[in-house]
This record gives sequence, C-alpha cells and structure tokens, in this order.
Amino acid sequence: MSTSRAAVEAVVTGIGVVAPTGIGTEAHWQSVVAGKSGIGRISRFDPTPYPVRLAGQVPGFLAREQVPSRLIPQTDHWTHMALAAAAAALEDARVDPAGFDDYDMAVVTASSSGGTEFGQHEMERLYLNGPSWVSAYQSIAWFYAATTGQVSIRHGMRGPCGVICCEQAGGIDAFGQARRLIRLGSRLVVSGGTDAPLCPYGLVAQLSNGKLSQVDDQARAYLPFDVHASGHVPGEGGAMLIVESAESASARGAGGGYGTIAGYAAGFDPPPGSSRPPVLRRTMERALEDAGCPPSEVDVVFADAAGVAEEDLAEARALTEVFGPRGVPVTAPKTLTGRLYGGGASLDIATALLALRDGLIPYTAGPGTLAPGCDIDLVTGQPRELPLRTALVLARGYGGFTAALVLRAPDPASPPQANPGEDKGGTG
Amino acid sequence: MSRITLAELTEIMRTSVGVEEGVDLDGDIAEIAFAELGYDSLAVLELVSQVERRYGVSIPDEAVPEMPTPARAVAFINERLTLEGV
Repeated sequence: MSTSRAAVEAVVTGIGVVAPTGIGTEAHWQSVVAGKSGIGRISRFDPTPYPVRLAGQVPGFLAREQVPSRLIPQTDHWTHMALAAAAAALEDARVDPAGFDDYDMAVVTASSSGGTEFGQHEMERLYLNGPSWVSAYQSIAWFYAATTGQVSIRHGMRGPCGVICCEQAGGIDAFGQARRLIRLGSRLVVSGGTDAPLCPYGLVAQLSNGKLSQVDDQARAYLPFDVHASGHVPGEGGAMLIVESAESASARGAGGGYGTIAGYAAGFDPPPGSSRPPVLRRTMERALEDAGCPPSEVDVVFADAAGVAEEDLAEARALTEVFGPRGVPVTAPKTLTGRLYGGGASLDIATALLALRDGLIPYTAGPGTLAPGCDIDLVTGQPRELPLRTALVLARGYGGFTAALVLRAPDPASPPQANPGEDKGGTG
Repeated sequence: MSRITLAELTEIMRTSVGVEEGVDLDGDIAEIAFAELGYDSLAVLELVSQVERRYGVSIPDEAVPEMPTPARAVAFINERLTLEGV
C-alpha cells in the first residue's frame, strides 16, 4: 500500500434488494419509478392494540424459498432477508466466490434492531415454558453481527468482517467501511443491510422516541418536508450490494459496474441544548470534499427525510446552505417503504445507483405542500428525466448519527454493466 | 417405557434443526459424525433440547461429546430414558 491509497477506487458491481417495494432489484426499481407504495397495515402480528398500525412490509417473502433450510431456525427474519439479498447481489455481479481467495472477500453490514423477532419468540418460550424451551440458536441469532457472520460463512468470505450500528446512518457507514477495506487490499466487500423491526417487541422499542407516525391513512402517514409531516412509518428489508476494487471489477469484465463510491463522511450531532448546529451540513461538505466534487456537480440528493418537522427543517436548511435555495433536485423514495433503519440507507444507495443508470430521478410520493422554511427542490408528482452523473445520499440515525455518501456513475468510457435484468431476488 | 429410534431422531434433525445443502438424511447416516452431516456443536445442543422436550428426558449439555454420531446419540438417549424410567 505504499502508493496512493486514494487511487484505489471502490465500485459497486452487484445489487440485491428485499424491500417493501419488491423482491429483486428490477421489481423494486419499477415500484419506485411508478410511485407504488409498500406501506400497509401490519400483518406480521395483530397491530390493533398499538398506536402505530402501518408499516412497510416485504410482500411475499418466504424464507423457505430464499434461505437454506439449515439456516432458517438459526437466524432471525432480518438475516433471512439479508441472506437472500446477498445471494442476489452476488448473482447480479456475476461473482462466483469460488473464484476469489477467501481472505480477499469481506462482509460489512448495518443493523439496528438485531434479531428482535427471534428474541421475542424465545423470551415467550422462556416465560411460558421454561429455560429448556429456549432455542440454542438464541445465542447467535439476536446479535447485530449475526447477518455479517452468516453471509461470511455461507459464501466462504474470510476477509475483514464487521457490523455497524448507527441506526439509519449505518447503511452509509457500511459503504464507507467497505471502501476503506478495498483501499486496504480487500478485493470484494459484501456491504449493505436489512432490518426487521416489525414485531410487538420491536415496535414498542421504537415508540418511546415519539417519531413514529400514528396516522392510519397509508398515503398520509409519512410526509417528509410537508406541512402535515407527522413522523415516519417503520419498515423492514433493505439491500445488499457488492463493492469491489475497480481493478478486480475491470479484470472480470464488469467495467465500472453501477458506479463508484466517490466520497464519504460521517459526523455526530452536538448534544441536545448545544448552541452548535447539527452536523449534517459539515458532513455533506466533507463528503463532497472527499469526492473532489463541488456542490454544483451534484445532480440529485437522496434525502434522509425524517418526516419530523424540526428535523426536516434542519435538513432543508443544510441543503440550502450547501446548494442554495432549490439548488439541487432532492428526492426521498423511502416514503414508499418507510424508514428501514439498518436497511434504509443501503436501499437508498441501491436506488441512487439505479437512478444514475437510467437517468431518472424517482419522485417522492406523498408530500404536497412543503413546510415553511423547506426551500428545496423536492421532486414530486412524477419522475424527472435528466442526465445524472453524481448523486449524494444522506442519512441520519436516531441519537445524532449522520452520514453522507457521494456516488458517481461509471465513466462512459468503461464498458457498461452487463444486463442487470432477470433478477430473481436470490437463490436458495 | 418410551424409546427413540434413529428415524425419529432424523425426523427431529430434519424438521427442527434443518438440513445442510448436499446432505441426504435418508441415506445411511447412523455412523456419520454430526459435524460431517453439517451439524456443529450448537446444532447438536439444539437437537438435544428438542429431544428433551419431546421425550421428557433430561440430558445435560456436558453430554454432547457422548453423542458424536446419530447412532451414538440414539443409544445415549435411550440409556437416559431407561435410567430416568420415562
């Protein structure tokens, strides 16, 4: 590594999606472009007695079709979705792990809820039936690194592995870490995240922060930047992506893949009551500096879009300070899925790369009248078609985590990504 | 007095612990090590706890090394069933 580390580019060569907008990258992208929502009444349990009854749920996900049978009883729903998405991403990238050295492949995921549903189930068995009824797999299923570990074991990836827990910001931090590992010599990093916070225990754990929308109309429940913003809808799923050194991708004929991780920065907000401003503006600026990209070169921003009035205003102000009033198109397709926590930012990254690929900014379904002070060019009503070269993805996690990622479309001179169609959403 | 058969143990392995890709539990597995069948020590612990619940027998965790194969597991469990007079 004696030569310039910064010269080692990290490109994304594969995408796997398991999200409320669909299973499979193209199913997801079609829903996003059409503004088709995956939010509905919670069906994983009876939400009647809870103040929050809407969520983004993955339609038609059956673990037995997507996950090896040995792994199903060992792992939580969140890991099931990640295993399916990781397999789909490898297939999309046309990567056969057997063709790589075990130690050249790494896994970094984000997780926020861990194996909440699995844990609840085993807790119930403990207090209803006794200790011998608790699954031995409780010991490994619940904790945040479980998904990373299972993906690593399944595909024989023995390079540096880790998990990042920064709530919604974690998905971006995972890609920052993936790029760091590529610069340190890893050839390929499976990166991204999913989350499965939709069980009574998982939902109640979120209620205390007061940021969940209690509106029962799925079209009106999650309206970031809108005068009627009422909080966010929770959701499950996410995306797993294959980050690869440009050299490795090029040697395999994958060219520039879907695009390059051009810049990354993370920050942490000052404590409540501090006179210092939130860290989002500086984080954006540092990510742009890292990418060597002036604000004028950014073609689209995928916003964090909290859906909480003061947080929306803070984000809109930071955007205005960096880009000028209505200075850049802003979108938040997450209104179709709800906030996916550990899975949210990686799904945004996947969506941003697809937007770069197709020259199409998906619109933000829901918001109508922007709240006073939100002086941003929010893309609403219909997608916006224009040549896209650079996207900025933002995320804020509960408690002050803040992260920004700059993505750049592949150089037109490099061969295009092989046809990414025929996505089956994972193999068992 | 209740007894466990190899077929019953195999059924619990199949339904409660799952089957590794490429492993055929219908074959002659009696003398094959659990590890070779894709069941690590945690999987054997889970299998044992399923057996405990279904057969009302108690098997200490420390006994796992006494059950390296399905045949040895069946023999050990039946010994415990006899001892406990279940």
